[in-house]
Order: sequence, then C-alpha cells, then structure tokens
Amino acid sequence: MNVGLFIPCYVDQFYPQVGIATLRLLESLGVRVVFPMEQTCCGQPMANSGFQRLSAGCDKNFIRNFANCDVVVGPSGSCVLHLKEHLHSDDQPEEAARLRNNVYELCEFLTDVLKVEQLPKARFPYRVGLHTSCHGQRGLRLSSMSERMEPKFSKPEQLLRLVDGLDLIQLSHPDECCGFGGTFCVFEEALSSKMGKDRVYDHVQHGAEVITGGDMSCLMQLEGVLHRQKSSVRVMHIAEILTAGN
Amino acid sequence: MDTASPRHAKAAEAFLRDEENADWHNETLWFVRSKRDRAAQSLPEWEDLREQASQIKLHSLSKLDDYLIQLEENARQNGVIVHWAANADEHNRIVLDIMRKHKATKIVKSKSMLTEECHLNPYLIKEGIEVIDTDLGERIIQLRNEPPSHIVMPAIHLKKRHIGDLFHLHLGTDAGADDPQYLTEAARIHLRQKFLLADVAITGVNFAIAETGGFVVCTNEGNADLGAHLAKVHIACMGIEKVIPKAEHLGVFLRLLARSATGQATTTYSSHFRKPAPGQEMHLVLVDNGRTRQLASPDFRNSLKCIRCGACMNTCPVYRRSGGHSYHTAVAGPIGSILAPNIDMKEYADLPFASTLCGSCTNVCPVKIDIHQQLYKWRQVLGEAGAVEPTKKIGMTGMDVLFSHPRLYRFAGRAGRWFMQKFPSLANKSSLNPWAIHRDMPKPPAQSFRDWYAQQNQKDNG
Ligand code: SF4
Repeated sequence: MNVGLFIPCYVDQFYPQVGIATLRLLESLGVRVVFPMEQTCCGQPMANSGFQRLSAGCDKNFIRNFANCDVVVGPSGSCVLHLKEHLHSDDQPEEAARLRNNVYELCEFLTDVLKVEQLPKARFPYRVGLHTSCHGQRGLRLSSMSERMEPKFSKPEQLLRLVDGLDLIQLSHPDECCGFGGTFCVFEEALSSKMGKDRVYDHVQHGAEVITGGDMSCLMQLEGVLHRQKSSVRVMHIAEILTAGN
Repeated sequence: MDTASPRHAKAAEAFLRDEENADWHNETLWFVRSKRDRAAQSLPEWEDLREQASQIKLHSLSKLDDYLIQLEENARQNGVIVHWAANADEHNRIVLDIMRKHKATKIVKSKSMLTEECHLNPYLIKEGIEVIDTDLGERIIQLRNEPPSHIVMPAIHLKKRHIGDLFHLHLGTDAGADDPQYLTEAARIHLRQKFLLADVAITGVNFAIAETGGFVVCTNEGNADLGAHLAKVHIACMGIEKVIPKAEHLGVFLRLLARSATGQATTTYSSHFRKPAPGQEMHLVLVDNGRTRQLASPDFRNSLKCIRCGACMNTCPVYRRSGGHSYHTAVAGPIGSILAPNIDMKEYADLPFASTLCGSCTNVCPVKIDIHQQLYKWRQVLGEAGAVEPTKKIGMTGMDVLFSHPRLYRFAGRAGRWFMQKFPSLANKSSLNPWAIHRDMPKPPAQSFRDWYAQQNQKDNG
C-alpha cells in the first residue's frame, strides 16, 4: 500500500513537529509513507468562505501530487473531511473520486485500516483533555455524539487509552465546538474568541495539563487563548502524544 | 427589519460585551438542550422516530400540491373558510379583510412564527386594530416592543428582574417584584380581560392534516384554546409546508416536538381544530411567502421539513452566545439562517456565515434537516451571486493562486514566518489582525515541515 502523507498548509508552516510526529508514528507501525513535496492546501479556506468554485487550481494541485498514492493520510479531520466531500476536478473526475474515497484522518487510519491495538513504547504521564473536533466527530464519525442516541465510541480516545501513564480527564461538555471554524475565527472574532475561552475553561476546570485532539486548527485556537491567559496548560496534537516516549 | 440592522458579527460582539449575561444565556439554553437529551434518552426508538418524521415530511413535500388541495377540500367541507396567500402582504390583507367584514377591532393572538415572519402585528396596529399576544413570553416582548429572540422561548433573553420592571411599568405590579408566580398571576389577570373582549382570535398551526382537513395547535399555556373558543372568529395562519398526509402521522411529530423543544414528554395542550362551533366562523390561511421557491431548489428543499421545535437553536454554540436578535430575522439560529436568505438574499447574506459548521444542529434536528450542509451551500450561492464582501472574494482568489503554485506557496510561507519572527509585535497587533484581539498567534518555527523533510531526505541519501 502506497501511503501519501498529507500535511495541511498551516501544519506545514506553523506546526512542523506535528508532521514529524505523524510521519514517525506511521513509520513505527511499519507503513511506508511518501510526502509529495509540491502539495499545498486542501482548499477548505476558500470553500468555507463561499468560494468553493475558486479552488479549482488548488484541487488540481492536490490531485497531481497524490495521483500515485493508494491512500492519503492526514493529521487533520477538517481538511480530510473537506477533501472527502468536495475534492473536485473537471479534467480528472475519476481520479478526484478515487482520492475522495481513499483519504483518511490519522486516527481513523490507525484504528480502522491498521487496526492498531497497542503502542508499546508510548508513554505520557499527564492529565490530558481530549478536544473532540466537530468535523472529525460529526463529519468523519470519529466518535459518537451527544445529540444522537447511539452507543458511545471514540477513535481518538481508543488510541489515547493505549498510552502508558496517560490520565484522560472528563469534560462537562464533551463535544462543544471550540469556535475556530475556518474564516469564522476572523469574521466573527468576538464570538470565536468567546467560544475558545469557554472551551479552554472546561478543560482547565477539570484539571487538564495538556489539551489534545486530531485537528491542529482547533488546537491553535485553544493555544491562542491559553497563551493570552499565560496559562501553563499546553496543547499537543494526538500524534505527538502517541509518539511520546519513543 | 431595515437594511441598516446590525450584521450578525457586530451584534454578537455587542451581546458579548456583557459577558456575565452572555454566559447566563448560554447556560440557560444549554440546560434546555440537556433536558432534551434526557427526554430523548427515555425513548429507545428515538432515532427511528426521527427517521420516520423525516420520511413523512419528505413525502409530504414531494406531493405538497396534492396534499394542500386535499386539505383545502376537506376543510371546506367541514365549514372552514380557506384562503391562499402568495406572500406576506396578501396574508396580512386577508386577515384585515376578515376583521373589516366583522367590524372587529380587537384581536388576541397565540404564538405563531408565521405572523412574525409576515410582520402582521405592526401592519394591523397601523390599521387601528388592537393586537394582543397571549403567549406569556410573546406578551412580554410585545410590551417591550421587541421581536422574539427564540421561536419556542421568545423572551429567553430576559431575566426575571427585566420582566418585573416591565410589568411594574405596564401592569402596575409592585416595584422590584420578581417572583415568577406573582408576575404570572398579574399577566393572567391582564390577559383575561383581553380574552373576554376580543372579537377575533388568531392562532398558528403546528400540523394540518390533509386527510381530515383539521389542524393541531400546540401550546403550554392553553392560550390558543381560550382565544379560539371565546372569540366569534378564529383565523388560523399556516405556512404551506405544515401539511401532513394523515392523522396517524401526528403521533410521530407530537412525540418529537415537545421533547426536542423543551424536554417535555408532550406539550401541555395539543388542540385539534376541525370545524367552527355553532355561531362561530373559522378561517384557514395558507401562506407561501417564498416556500415554493425553496421547494423548487433541491439544495434547500429539506429545510421545509422544519417543525419549529427550536432544538437547533438551543444546541447551537453561536446562537447561545450571540442571542436571537443578532440574527435580525423572525426565525433565528441555524434554521433561520437557511430560511432568511431565501426571502431576501442581500439582507441576510451574513447569516449562513454565522456558524462554525460544527454540525450539532443537524444531529439534534428531529426531522433530520442537513442544516449545516445547507449553510455551507448557501455560502456558495452567496459567493457566486456576489452577495459577500468583495474583499473576501479578492482574498480567496489570491489564496487559490497561492495554493495552486507550490513554489509561490513555499516562498510566501517562508516570508510570512520570517516576518512573524522579526516583527512579532506587528503580527500580534490587534488593529491589523483580528485574531490577535483576544488570542495570541502561534510562534512561527524556523523551518516548515517540508523543509525538514527535504533535509532529512538529503541526509539519508547523502
Ligand atoms: S430545523 Fe430541526 S431542530 Fe431546528 S427548529 Fe426546525 S425541526 Fe427543530
């Protein structure tokens, strides 16, 4: 299986350590991974703002980069969801459809494709709060939701439970949105910040030392709030925690 | 609403300035959402019910014309006078004509979001008619001269003391009194006068049944019944999407409606109306007002399934923190943001963007409307129609250029990070970067992932 590593633009630019952890994690599980060097973005920022039709060039670039890959794996639920739902090409409709059906968020790739049941080297002796990102949860169905009457499950939680020493805290609102929402964070600044603050409060209130999740964009939002509050609570992408202690 | 009404972001910012009040609003609505959760959990068949409700509504919409005609015929046979209104104006005029015919000057009205949508109250008041809202929450905001901020709990943005002050002013209750029992009693006495003197009663319609020609009105206060039974004339106003095929379908909706709305097992009064009582007159006004346009659009048709339970508002993290008035439309919240641009695309172009697309609304909705997906689609329609700020379009076109050209992207990324490293105070300056008003920017790393990866490969190969 030829696995293409998709590192979203903002992770590439601001959080290279998340890309590195994702790559190391996959390699440590025996997956051969390539990183197509000319990749840029999934196109979500444009689409989210009402200009999906302006993302043709971006989509084309994505398809060109990943055409040789059987599957694509990326450490970001919202980018993966966008690709799954909207990757589009007038010139290569079949290739676009193939990629749409073969792109995975990191956690779902680990639990559903690789069926990871242990991470013997992972060790992280901290109290950790899991931020359940909306696009991953409701869009990709990475975990059950409080709105629906359904059996409880969570793929990220399942993985975190494999980490030695990790103490997963409970939250009052297990699946409340962090308020990032793509360009929402700028155009609805006041609301977005308030939502971020409330989300952070829930974690801090329940004793989190680290907040983790599968979407670095949400974590960037929470980090921005924590940093402004001069809090000692850190954010870490789940890939960083799953490779901690290696 | 005039076009100068504050756009959502600005209104939300103003609402959030009183943070304590915003927190209280958020928590109150979350409390209702939690009650809904418990009520839903008590029914093992909850998800089946949602599916059934969704299917019945889809089916009804697919044959809306047939069912409406059937409804009209059966209602006429029952002695009900049926009217059709293409838009809000026609609806208002029909109501006024009925009033004039009876030389009536006083109306009691139970809760109806349709009449809000049509701005019936100001229209009638201008014509010299007294309109009294009899739902307690509605009466409160009517006295304050405000529109409802929520479709089920219209005065949810107000606290007890606001109501105490209001009643002191208008109903002569003791100054500073805020005991709900005392205030409710005062309202009851005040409303009783109005009920007794009214010539005409207006009610909304929750469900109209094609098979029988009857309709159902749900209230918790019984005010619809009181009004309709006391007045000589009962006018029921409904959007055309409210029709369902058969009486046997009602149970599905009545079980879902109250649970989704407030967490009650059922609404206190689910009143069935079918024919006028002897000596009385009953009218049914069927209103389109943009609904057939929405029906004709496959992307947005689904939104007509809405049974106005308000669950999407209670769950919405944006609504909870910005209040209903920030949506500057009769139906606020996620579903309102889909319905409003259909009525006036320019006026409500901001609303589909007043969401993080978190999807909670879609999953709480008892009739399974794909709310957040429709909001996403509205954004595309508005972008296409040029209804969003031109700067946004320029920005997004630039972004596509950037992301279509990997070398340019790499250069820009490097330049951006360099800039942020050299001038962190500028990047974090809130007048230049809205992100930085309440949040810090991430610290830019020296190297992107891509640079690290290239270096790594070089090392491995070298
Ligand atoms: S869209 Fe769904 S949740 Fe919202 S008010 Fe309508 S029926 Fe209720």
